[in-house]
Amino acid sequence: MAKLIELKGISKSFDGEKVLDSIDFYIRDGEFVTLLGPSGCGKTTMLRIIGGFETADEGSLYFDGAEISEVPAHKRHINTVFQKYALFPHLNVYENIAFPLRLKKVPEEDIKTKVAEMLSMVKLSGFENKSVSTLSGGQQQRVAIARALISHPKVILLDEPLGALDLKLRKDMQSELKSIQQAIGITFVYVTHDQEEALSMSDTIAVISEGEIQQIGTPTDIYNEPKNAFVADFIGESNIVDGIMLEDNRVKFSGHIFDCVDGGFDKNEPVDVVVRPEDVDVVPTDKGMLTGMVTSVTFKGVHYEIIVDIRGFKWMIQSTDYVAPEATIGLYIEPDAIHIMKKSKYSGMFGDYSSFSDEMDRLSDADTAEEF
Amino acid sequence: MKKKGSIMRSIAAAPHIFWAILFIVLPLIIVVYYAFTDGDGNFSFENITSLADYAPIFTLSVELAVIATFVCLIVGYPLAYIIAKARPERQRFYIMLLMLPMWTNLLIRTYSIMAILDDGGFLNTILGTTMHIVGTKGAVIFGMVYDFLPYMVLPIYTCISKIDKNMWEAASDLGCKPVQVMTRVIFPLSMSGIISGVTMVLVPSISTFYISQKLGGGTFELIGDTIERQFVTGALNTGAAISLVMMVLIIISLTVMNRFSDSDEGGIIV
Repeated sequence: MAKLIELKGISKSFDGEKVLDSIDFYIRDGEFVTLLGPSGCGKTTMLRIIGGFETADEGSLYFDGAEISEVPAHKRHINTVFQKYALFPHLNVYENIAFPLRLKKVPEEDIKTKVAEMLSMVKLSGFENKSVSTLSGGQQQRVAIARALISHPKVILLDEPLGALDLKLRKDMQSELKSIQQAIGITFVYVTHDQEEALSMSDTIAVISEGEIQQIGTPTDIYNEPKNAFVADFIGESNIVDGIMLEDNRVKFSGHIFDCVDGGFDKNEPVDVVVRPEDVDVVPTDKGMLTGMVTSVTFKGVHYEIIVDIRGFKWMIQSTDYVAPEATIGLYIEPDAIHIMKKSKYSGMFGDYSSFSDEMDRLSDADTAEEF
Repeated sequence: MKKKGSIMRSIAAAPHIFWAILFIVLPLIIVVYYAFTDGDGNFSFENITSLADYAPIFTLSVELAVIATFVCLIVGYPLAYIIAKARPERQRFYIMLLMLPMWTNLLIRTYSIMAILDDGGFLNTILGTTMHIVGTKGAVIFGMVYDFLPYMVLPIYTCISKIDKNMWEAASDLGCKPVQVMTRVIFPLSMSGIISGVTMVLVPSISTFYISQKLGGGTFELIGDTIERQFVTGALNTGAAISLVMMVLIIISLTVMNRFSDSDEGGIIV
């Protein structure tokens, strides 16, 4: 697939604060790309530069091989689905969707068929004459998507489009967006801070933090082979402990020497070791590679979330079997469950569950779900 | 709890209701009474039917007021737009500049314009010309525009500053050239501000009397002057009749305008 959009050395500052730092990135034609990162990481700025709403301080932007850094938004073959929908309140559903075609002076009959086509795609047939202010959030979102797609742009940009919807609707819209993208085969550039959303929808994910791209890869790559502690922690739950790479395929951490499947490090190089909570097996103490005391157990539905204190470091383990708090248990880790990362500036900042509490978790969920 | 609240509400509302009855409802009844009675207090339609004589004055008043309102809109809309798009701290400053003249008495302002535009006034003196401005329609329109412009700018400014910033981006994103962003999106979205601005300028422009007296130089009479003259000369019944007809005309035109703005905003044509 050819490169459709390419960012070369893009930097941007607001009020002297660097938001994007020399970003090099490209998006292939027909891809579903997600820019994933915490709020304030620069992902929305990146999207706005691609859309033409911001101009980069440095670097250049290419579209289909031609530089478009200076091309105004209305001349780019890129449409945006805004976070707060940005539907035109003075126009009804039909006129909102027809808007881009009216500008192009498309004959009324063609507009009629195309709008009907779009409405059936977003499952809003029969809503033509409704005023947009009477629609629910999810319906407004669908109108916004139809409006962005009707003039057949090569790319649509979506800025946290599902952020304001409740959890159930968000899940439905995720799969719907993905199937729309596959059906029409155009490029989607999607911005979100929700890692689950990113993993389930994307072909490619770019994890962004502090104005820099931390890792680009497929969802499985990003999940299984995170490049540093930030990525490991941001995508899913991770135990990240300090380790020493004794030699290829042998790593020492938490006082035990493990077999692993990574190599290519210096002898005795300090490394970050990632173990996902679901990859740790609870076994009797005599069969365990590590032993520790259970400090808390929380029932989560599909599994128990167990916090275990191993030599002062709190691990999170997900197990379908119940263990009692205060019990001493053994832990068993398969070689391929151990992922070794080079030390980075994020080492030591993430992956310890000593301050972890369920309440904190719920608080951070409240940012994204409206029901709280 | 609920009951106590509603009693409190009635007590709080009482002075306003009393005020409204005393100074709005009662005077209206008196106006209606005088409009439909003759000098001896007998019921009569004569006051209303005699108004045909004043038709040319009505027409002239409406003509000048409409022109003044139109000029206010042409001048006021871009001004309101520029203020609304300025940085917040600048906006406050610009609004203060706009309001500043309104802190001076309207009569004094009108006299000042007279002093500037008069045959031997400031303008002719510094230009060394002998332009005759006071006493023309132009001078009256200028006075109306000068006096009532803030009433046009403020509601439009409020309306534009409430428009979601994404509207500009969404419009250009979907292919609007800068001019089309204005004509297709921003202008229609500021229609409610335009309607209230037009109302707030048109109504006082139609009924003003001192502006036409001072800047019209006594050469022509507007409906406001006519009403004033009726009351000064003691022709209360005719004065009341003209006022009543004016009021009805204004209510009709406001209703039409509101209907227009509603259909425009809601996208529903009733």
